[in-house]
Amino acid sequence: MIIPKLALRNLLGAGLRTWLNVVVLSFAFVVIIWTQGLYEGMNAQAERASVDAALGGGQYWQEKYDPLDVFSLEDAHAIVPDSLRAMIAANRATAILVVQGTLYPKGRIHPVMIKGIDPDQQLLSLPSHFLKTGEDRFPALIGSRMAKSTGLKVGDTVTMRWRDAHGTFDARDVEIVQVMKTIVPSIDQGQVWIPLDRLRILAGMEEEAGLVVVAQGALERPEAPGWVFRDLDFLLSDIKQLVRMKSAGAAILYFVLILLAMLAIFDTQVLSIFRRKKEMGTLMAFGFTRGRVIRLFTLEGALHGVLAAIVAALYGIPFLTWFARRGWALPEAMDSYGFAIGEKLFPVYSAGLVVATTLLVLVITTIVSFLPTRKIAKLKPTDALRGRMS
Amino acid sequence: MENSYLIETRDLVKTYPMGEHTIVALDKVNLKFEKAEFTGLVGPSGSGKTTLLNIIGSLDSPTSGSAVVMGRKVEGLSHKQASALRNHHIGFIFQTFNLLPVYTVFENVEFPLLLLDYSAAERRKMTMAALDWVGLADRARSKPAQLSGGQSQRVAIARAVVKKPALILADEPTANLDAENSHHILQTMERLNRDLGTTFVFATHDEKVIDYLRRKITLFDGAVAKDERMEAQRPGGEKR
Repeated sequence: MIIPKLALRNLLGAGLRTWLNVVVLSFAFVVIIWTQGLYEGMNAQAERASVDAALGGGQYWQEKYDPLDVFSLEDAHAIVPDSLRAMIAANRATAILVVQGTLYPKGRIHPVMIKGIDPDQQLLSLPSHFLKTGEDRFPALIGSRMAKSTGLKVGDTVTMRWRDAHGTFDARDVEIVQVMKTIVPSIDQGQVWIPLDRLRILAGMEEEAGLVVVAQGALERPEAPGWVFRDLDFLLSDIKQLVRMKSAGAAILYFVLILLAMLAIFDTQVLSIFRRKKEMGTLMAFGFTRGRVIRLFTLEGALHGVLAAIVAALYGIPFLTWFARRGWALPEAMDSYGFAIGEKLFPVYSAGLVVATTLLVLVITTIVSFLPTRKIAKLKPTDALRGRMS
Repeated sequence: MENSYLIETRDLVKTYPMGEHTIVALDKVNLKFEKAEFTGLVGPSGSGKTTLLNIIGSLDSPTSGSAVVMGRKVEGLSHKQASALRNHHIGFIFQTFNLLPVYTVFENVEFPLLLLDYSAAERRKMTMAALDWVGLADRARSKPAQLSGGQSQRVAIARAVVKKPALILADEPTANLDAENSHHILQTMERLNRDLGTTFVFATHDEKVIDYLRRKITLFDGAVAKDERMEAQRPGGEKR
C-alpha cells in the first residue's frame, strides 16, 4: 500500500500542475460522455419513434417487397394470407399496400409512394383516422416534410397518378385532409397515405397488401407462404448503422480531446522523470527497487485519470443530469439529419457508457504514464543521485 | 575471521569508461571498518571518496575486488538484494539533503519506516523521537522549502537515523552549511554514534568534519594514501 500512498502524496503535492492536467482530463471525460449520451439518446428516440409510427413489433413483407428498390414495387403485392388476415381481424396486425405514383402539385411532377392504410387501425401512431371521410371525397394524408417540399396544405386538392396492377395509368384528384407532424421521415418524405380499401380498388389489387405490420408485443409469428417476417433488428438496422456512422464521426472529437489530455500527462511524466532524478536516487538509496520506482511514477500518472474521474463526477453528474432532464431543443436544420429525432433530443447516459468511458480513459492514461517511465529501468542509483540519466 | 568487520574491502577496483580511455576511480583499496567507528574518507575531488561510499552503500558495484558489508558481498548482490540491504541496514546523508520536496518534515523522516512496514503508531513514535533528537520536533509540519540549510540537513540526519541503521554513510554532509550549522550537525552525529553505536563513514574534504573524526582515511587518485587513528586528538568530541 505504500506506493499508492506515496503516489497520491506526490500528485497532490505537485499542486497546480496536477490540477491543470486533471481539469483537462475531466473535461475530456464529460464531453465524451455528453456527446455519446446524445448519440445514445438519438438512437433510442429514433428507434422508439420508428417503432411507434411505422415498424410496430415487426413486419411481414411480401417476398418481392424491397423499400429500397422502387422497381420492385410493381410486383411487391399479394393477397394477404389467411394467417395474417386473422391477426388483422384481431387487431394484432394491419396491412399496408404500397404503389408507386406521382403527384402534380402546382404543375410540378413529384414522385411519391402511395400507401394505403386502414383508417381504423390503432397499431401505429400514424393519424390514419383523418382518412375516414365520406365517399364523396378522396382523402390523402401527408407529413409536414412532404407538405413543405410540395407546397401543399390542408384543404388543397392535388392530382395523383398511379399505375394499376394491369399496367394501366390512372389519375385522380385527392384532397389533403391533414398534414401530420411526425418525427419519422420514413412515413413522411415522398409518401402519400390514402385509405387502404380505396387504393386496393384503384390499383386493382383487391385483398392485397405489400406488407403487414404486426402489433408491438404480439408474439405469434404465423406461417405466411410468399411472405417474409422482418423483425425489429432487421428493420432498425439502418437507424442503428446511421447512428453508428454519426457516432464514429464524433470519434474525431474524442480523439482530439484525449490526445490533448494525454499529451499533457505525457509531458508531465517526461518532465517529472527529467526533474526528479535525484528523488529517484534518494528513493533507491532508501531501498526502493527500480521496479517500485517505475510503479510509483506510473501510478502517479495514472492517478491523474482517477482524480479526473472524481472531478468530472463532481461537475459532470449535475450537468449531465440537468441536461438529460431538460433535453436539447434541436434546430430545424436537424430535421434533415436523416432519422427521427424530434424537436427535443433527450440524451441517455447509461451506466455502461460511463463505465466504458472511464475505463477507456484510465487505461490510456496508465499506458501514457508508463511509457516515459521505462527509462527508469536502466537508471543507476549513483547516476540518479547525481541528477543524471543512465 | 571472515566477517568480523562491519565493512571490509579487498583489492577494490572501480573503473569508468571515458570514451576510449578508462578512468580508475578506486585502485586496489583494502580497508576494514569496525562497528561504531566515526570515520572520514578525505582527499581532493576525484580521489574516489564518493565512489567508495557508493560501493559500501551498495549503490554501485566494484569493477573487481570485493566489498563485504555486514557479511554481504556487494558485488554479488542483485538489484533487489542491494535494495533490501540499504533498506534495512544503511542510512544515507547527502550533501544536498535530498529531502522529498512535496512531503512535510514528518513525512520525510517517516519515509524509511514506511518501507519497513512499521505500523502507523510505531512510525509516529519513532519519527517524533528522531525529530526530537535533532531538535526539530516543532517543525514536523513544515515543508523542506521552509527550512534553512542547517535544519534541512538535520531533517536528513533524522531520516537517516530513524530506523536505527547499523551504518550511516554521509557524503559531504556539511558542504552546503555554514560553520555554526556544520558543528551542530557534527555534534548531533557524534552523539548518535556514541549513544546508539551507529557506524558513520563520511566522505569529506571539510576541515570542520576532520576535527571530529576518530579515524581519517586519506584517498589520493583512488588509492589509500594514509589511514590514521585520531582518538587521541578528539576523544568523542568532548572538547567542543
